[in-house]
Amino acid sequence: MVPVQPLTPLPDIPFDTPRPDIIMIDPVPTFYFSPERSTRHLPAALVLLVSAFLVGCGSNEIREDIGPPLDANGQPIVQPVTIDGPQTGLEIDPNSLAGRAPQERVIYFDYDQSELRTEFLDIVAQHGRYLAQNPEGRVRLEGHTDERGAREYNIALGESRANTVSRMLQLQGVSSAQIRTISYGEELPVDEGHNSEAWAENRRVNVIYETGVAN
Amino acid sequence: MPVDRATDGESPCPRDDSNPSPATEDIALNTRHGFFAASFLLMMALATASAPARAVIEIEITQGGDNAIPIAIVPFGGNDPASTPEDVAAIIGSDLQRSGNFSPLNREDLVANPVSGERPRFANWRLTGADFLLVGAVRPDGDGFAVEFQLFDVLQQSLMIGYRFPVTDQTFRSVAHRIADEVYEEILGVPGAFNTQIAFVSVEGRVGDRTYRLELADADGEGAREMLKSPHPILSPSWAPDGVRIAYVSFEDRTRSAIYIQDRERGVRDKVLSKEGINGAPSFSPDGERLAVTLSDGTSPDIFVLDIESGRLTRVTEGGAIDTEAVWIDDDTLVFTSDRSGGPQLYEVSSRGGRAERITFEGKYNASPTVSPDGETVAFVHGVDGRFQIAALDRSSGFFQTLTQGTLDESPTFSPNGQMILYATEKNGRGTLGAVSLDGSVVQSLTLDDGSFREPAWSPYSR
Repeated sequence: MVPVQPLTPLPDIPFDTPRPDIIMIDPVPTFYFSPERSTRHLPAALVLLVSAFLVGCGSNEIREDIGPPLDANGQPIVQPVTIDGPQTGLEIDPNSLAGRAPQERVIYFDYDQSELRTEFLDIVAQHGRYLAQNPEGRVRLEGHTDERGAREYNIALGESRANTVSRMLQLQGVSSAQIRTISYGEELPVDEGHNSEAWAENRRVNVIYETGVAN
Repeated sequence: MPVDRATDGESPCPRDDSNPSPATEDIALNTRHGFFAASFLLMMALATASAPARAVIEIEITQGGDNAIPIAIVPFGGNDPASTPEDVAAIIGSDLQRSGNFSPLNREDLVANPVSGERPRFANWRLTGADFLLVGAVRPDGDGFAVEFQLFDVLQQSLMIGYRFPVTDQTFRSVAHRIADEVYEEILGVPGAFNTQIAFVSVEGRVGDRTYRLELADADGEGAREMLKSPHPILSPSWAPDGVRIAYVSFEDRTRSAIYIQDRERGVRDKVLSKEGINGAPSFSPDGERLAVTLSDGTSPDIFVLDIESGRLTRVTEGGAIDTEAVWIDDDTLVFTSDRSGGPQLYEVSSRGGRAERITFEGKYNASPTVSPDGETVAFVHGVDGRFQIAALDRSSGFFQTLTQGTLDESPTFSPNGQMILYATEKNGRGTLGAVSLDGSVVQSLTLDDGSFREPAWSPYSR
């Protein structure tokens, strides 16, 4: 705390009363995400906890108490994170079950709309028939929007688009247990341009087959 | 009132003779300004080069206020670049200028270099056109220093306020901002917001190889520091009213999003929600005990209120439409975005649920609301003719006003004194921040030297 004192007044000039203490600004700790580094620097119990949540354990509420890893001098170590981006590591084996699924796996949408365009009805139906015939098949529907407007509204819009596709699949007899949805809103564009062609490319649902990945 | 020079000798704040500070009211000392300014520039260059923070933020004032008040800010006595880390007067001047309400005199136009404890020669200062005069000094105080200042009304020839702050190297800038706050409030009658912070998300790299950071910076863009670094999207930082906790959305789990509350002082965080579907748009209630959130849980997005301590969720909205982006007007009332009428519009609803009342009718796209600290004004993203701009609505009068001229403006956030709105915009293909006064008269642009800015959140006043 830094106390504040009124200056001794000049002769015949009054001063105001002192104000409250000023606030110290403390350094801000940083969190890092790297399982590799976590295992190097964190106590074993915490590593288990972190690993558990990285692979998506069932609990919704995990309390963490992890500071940044420190070097020998007690300074936080800063180094690049190494987790793959969400669109990598999802390649599927072309000979696998999912590899034989319908190949057209992007559904495009109109601006601020989550209704299916008629030209995509048949593509969604193909996925629906395939998944209904292969109950072991698992699919993740990733909803996306273009960059315009509000970010959280776009998260909701992307979710609505994914839900539209999900409902259509379920109408074909696909079990809800086979489907997972996630919306990235405007966060993961395929085209980073700021024009109508880029925006049309980005308003989409990606149908991603997840063979062997449990829900 | 002319004052005999001898009075200076009786100053209750004796100067340290070893300090090379400009000491007397003598116009002949003007050469010292040049020396001081040059050393100051050098010092700032060194400070910038050696700053530990990664992000360098530049603020450009693109449009100043119409009726900026002229103020003379004299370099503080004893503020020697060799022994003290920051030029206090320069920080104060920059703060006041950025507000748009003040027009600090150039240093070469200062007629003298009085320090606190001396009586200024007001007749000379009148000639400069300055309405107010700020003087000060950095003086040895125990093991360290104290910064003191005095603000004078030049026309009235009177002292308005003066305080002394013990200071460390770490609190120099903070104390300078605090003095700017005092000056701002004393003259304008409105609290300053200079000693506050901005949280924001920065993004580097291209899609597939991006680095997202949640960062904090001082309100003048200095001292940016990371709170969180991730290869996966980070969204929607939201301050708790204590100015210590920040809620945000992270996609680090990859299979689903999650809402975290992070304590910036203790360096701990809680994962408070990670349900199937959306976990989004967190917003702290004014009492700091609840969080308004958006959850979808496999159905359409709806507003819920989470009691942070107990984890209990209360549903606020229902139905097949999109309901999201709830923020608090007061402890009982939320304003949120819904497309129940076809496109996104803003609605007010009780935080316990019930009937929602539409409040925006201008245009087909109104989303991302934020509420002024007094609860009177709602600012939001207003889409018209393919352009997305920041607009404001006065809740009691219904007066609607578009404040910005961009095409991709979003994420508005009020300064804690309600005078400015900070927002994200796009410039030369990069995300930058803009700031605009509530009457639209002052416009600033903040750019990051590498990477893109998004989603600013201006802190409340600290405890």
